[in-house]
Amino acid sequence: MKTVAEHTERRTYTLNMGPQHPSTHGVLRVILELEGETIVDARPVVGYLHRGTEKLAESKTYQQVSPLIDRLDYLACPAYNFAYCLAVEKLLGVEVPPRAKYIRVILAELARIASHLIWLGSHAMDIGAVTVFLYTFREREITYELLEMAAGVRMHQSYFVVGGVRWDLPEGFIPKLREFLDILPSKIQEYENLLTKNKIWRMRTEGLGVLSREDAIALGATGPMLRGSGVEWDIRKAYPYSGYGEFEFDIPTGRNGDVYDRYLVRMEEMRQSRRIILQALEKLPDGPIHAMEGKLYFPDPDWVRGEHRDIAALIHQFKLVVEGFHPPKGEVYQSIEAPKGELGFYIVCDGSPKPYRLRIRLPSLMNLQTLPLLSRGHKVADLVAIIGTLDIVLGDVDK
Amino acid sequence: MVAMGDWLEKVKERLGGSVLEDFEFRGEYTLLLDKSSLPGALEVLKGEFGFDCLVDLCGVDMGVDQEPRFYVVYHLRNMTTRAQLRVKVGLKDGEGIPTACGVWPGANWMEREAYDMFGIEFEGHPDLTRLYLADDFPGYPLRKDYPTEGYDFEE
Repeated sequence: MKTVAEHTERRTYTLNMGPQHPSTHGVLRVILELEGETIVDARPVVGYLHRGTEKLAESKTYQQVSPLIDRLDYLACPAYNFAYCLAVEKLLGVEVPPRAKYIRVILAELARIASHLIWLGSHAMDIGAVTVFLYTFREREITYELLEMAAGVRMHQSYFVVGGVRWDLPEGFIPKLREFLDILPSKIQEYENLLTKNKIWRMRTEGLGVLSREDAIALGATGPMLRGSGVEWDIRKAYPYSGYGEFEFDIPTGRNGDVYDRYLVRMEEMRQSRRIILQALEKLPDGPIHAMEGKLYFPDPDWVRGEHRDIAALIHQFKLVVEGFHPPKGEVYQSIEAPKGELGFYIVCDGSPKPYRLRIRLPSLMNLQTLPLLSRGHKVADLVAIIGTLDIVLGDVDK
Repeated sequence: MVAMGDWLEKVKERLGGSVLEDFEFRGEYTLLLDKSSLPGALEVLKGEFGFDCLVDLCGVDMGVDQEPRFYVVYHLRNMTTRAQLRVKVGLKDGEGIPTACGVWPGANWMEREAYDMFGIEFEGHPDLTRLYLADDFPGYPLRKDYPTEGYDFEE
């Protein structure tokens, strides 16, 4: 029997999806070229959340830039400050004390768990499994309580500062973190019970949005997108930073590079993050939490205006606030494995206390570039699953 | 870290006269290439030296009175040996540069962004439109002479 399309002239039509659409995780707009319900071409249009972070950074001192940076990916703020601080430290040539390194690793991995939890919840909800969302938000709340304990705020912590961390971990943080890590495996198992062998879940995700190894590398996909396609690549292993070389953990990879594989990769990554945090807690050394060289750190308020006030501390504080510090002339690129992929900062410094050029290599933006390739030939309903598997945050796409 | 010395000498030897300058800072290697050697030099780096991953591509404005005014900066990576290399190409104001999309398809959006923010024309790019800003946005905001307080729209 002939289909309608064969009887009539074959033609495509254009459909606009977004920027206000519940499954686009923010303000993503996709212009779809459809034939019936099949996607012939998809063209993402980005920029609805563009805040000009790179230009803003050029008029601020290195310390003032930090709060702008954790507004890029607002679901994994510590990871973003982490990369920025590492880049500035590389430029300065400053070594961070071991305790600060470990605290950073603990919080960055906690941020990875939080980011993957919200991804899992919203991804499952997009496909139709609403229950998972309620479960993951239950555990995500604990990660935010922990981040609040450490930094004083739930989001946009700016807890990492150039040269170390702002203050030491509070009392009660480590027992609460251990409590969370104790329950985490059973909770991950709970989500897996709902999804991994669920027939509907597998039918909706298997064989969908296949990204080959070659395409993933050629298009610059990173993070779980790259690992899902079977490439064993992790910046934490390839170029260890902040003491990651001292921890034992595995890099989970997929085989088919489809939506289901990337789901399995991210689930395993949460378990590996837990492993890293446990090792970091075990080895957590005592000592300073800030590099004292280079006078990068704001002095204790007590030294500036309290009982022990001292004119040298006051001058130091004044100079940092009014002027900032002067890194040497040069350029550096520093990247980390953020929850969503490779996050890199390229800083060009002309010797002044403000970055001459701050370039941010965003993981979500580069991963989103694979969308047309992944969605061609699939149905519109599957596009929602494909956008979910990219794990994009529009703040991280639009900088 | 991966030993850098050996392959870097070979790269410099192979590219010969198109390497204008090379320097090292904080363990990162940078080659300054002549614009006329593109895109051939990039193909050599990918094909013969295994730089299969274009990590990042961006523009830098060195200032209105500088020569060259702009740099296009490529961050390259060899995923097998983990070697990393930064390649810079200088451009005069208004000058174009051959696209790298044919070498690394991932360059597409990054070149669109550099065009969006600096007005650098990438010759042969399949779809050179603005990435972030509206099509009718006036000027190129990451240029150093962009008025940060806005154009006077009344005039």
